[in-house]
Amino acid sequence: MIESHSQLATYNFAYLDEQTKRMIRRAILKAIAIPGYQVPFASREMPMPYGWGTGGVQVTAAVIGPNDTLKVIDQGADDTTNAVSIRAFFQKVSNVQVTTKTTEATIIQTRHRIPETALQAGQTLVYQVPIPEPLRFLEPRETETRKMHALEEYGLMHVKLYEDIARHGRIATTYAYPVKVEGRYVMDPSPTPKFDNPKMHQSPALQLFGAGREKRIYAIPPYTEVVSLDFEDHPFEIQTFSEPCALCGAKGSYLDEVILDDKGGSMFVCSDTDFCEDRQAEGHRGHLSANPAQAAVNPAEAAE
Amino acid sequence: MRAVTQVYEGGFSDAVFNSQKVFRALMDAMASPGRAIEIGNLAAAPSPISSVAASVAATLFDHDATVWCDKSITSSAAAIGWLKFHTGLELTSNPSDAQFALIGDLETMPSLESFAKGTSEYPDRSTTIILQIDGFNGPEELTLSGPGIKGTQGFAPSQLPKMFVDQWAANRGAFPRGIDLVFAGKGALAALPRTTRISKKEA
Repeated sequence: MIESHSQLATYNFAYLDEQTKRMIRRAILKAIAIPGYQVPFASREMPMPYGWGTGGVQVTAAVIGPNDTLKVIDQGADDTTNAVSIRAFFQKVSNVQVTTKTTEATIIQTRHRIPETALQAGQTLVYQVPIPEPLRFLEPRETETRKMHALEEYGLMHVKLYEDIARHGRIATTYAYPVKVEGRYVMDPSPTPKFDNPKMHQSPALQLFGAGREKRIYAIPPYTEVVSLDFEDHPFEIQTFSEPCALCGAKGSYLDEVILDDKGGSMFVCSDTDFCEDRQAEGHRGHLSANPAQAAVNPAEAAE
Repeated sequence: MRAVTQVYEGGFSDAVFNSQKVFRALMDAMASPGRAIEIGNLAAAPSPISSVAASVAATLFDHDATVWCDKSITSSAAAIGWLKFHTGLELTSNPSDAQFALIGDLETMPSLESFAKGTSEYPDRSTTIILQIDGFNGPEELTLSGPGIKGTQGFAPSQLPKMFVDQWAANRGAFPRGIDLVFAGKGALAALPRTTRISKKEA
């Protein structure tokens, strides 16, 4: 007779077997020792398709422990499909604390954004990376790109940025904007908007990058120089928005456009949902935020 | 008889969570060079392998890891037996083939130059050297700077390899090739990745 389902065999903690974790952990240590260099690793098949963050999931699984608190974001949001399913995955296979609060998390797995709230020492940011090689679209052969990194031959990347200027009058690359790490390796920061590039520079948090399909792990240690490539006469610039967030009124955060109707109406809202909700909880209002008197659940709040 | 049981005893009491704890300490140590991180005594190996070195070995070594051990360790059948039984490591007699090196005696260790530095294309194919020392309050304090360090960080291991500052400068000069160091002290560990610069503290 089966007494309880807890008697049945379950997955190993955090899904991966211990030998796989050791292999990934060895790669992570080398990645931290050589900032920006892509360490090959024997990426495993995960119970989700390539392109859904298998690299990030494997890095998180190798790092996470029972005392960690995990936050997962997809394009800045905690409540999108990818974030919800990966968060649920780790709740199931590692039974760790999860949160949506940036400040409470010890590990933040991210797809394509860095939280607006500044990260702290001791936090680890794990990026899901689709294509780790910044030179890949310029040179398809791995043997050649590897040689280019070895020889620090990054002229081609500057030619690409220059062609942007020749064609558009400015550097038109807006996401996956290449950076140089500690003056040596040119690195793809994953498809984060270039808006987030300055946050990588001298960050107190450890940044780990996992590319599952491409089988690469790379890292930026805390307090490391991360410089976006540019030209003296065309310096690196981040996106700016002409209006504040329609829900929390934030200026200077990264905004997503949300279509409201079929007549061309739209609103701009913070892509970082935790940041936006925190600001609204603090009483900040944008021009399209719900009337607090109608929206409030608490009658005392409604009376204010 | 005693030597035989020594080989089988002293592994992690919980392979999953102990190795996760030691790995996080190693990761934090690599990410903040020179900072000593407490891990306690989770594993016990026969002399001369210290508890912290045994923990690091049990966390990182397996049949995919090529390891070179110095004479102080290879001369103890119990110590080598413990490593083999608990990790399944592959031993090598050539330091330049090793992914990891375990050093029991810093006085007689080969120069850093004799270990694998990786290639320009694959600088990750280099040796991580685990050095057994007594602790992190040695007589001479080195000043560290580089990635992972905000400003500077003091580092005073109780022992260092011979001519260490010069050897390390040469290692740093070969970047991105180079070896990385893990110092296994009493109950705590620290690391020096190849990116760290050392300047001797001015008196």
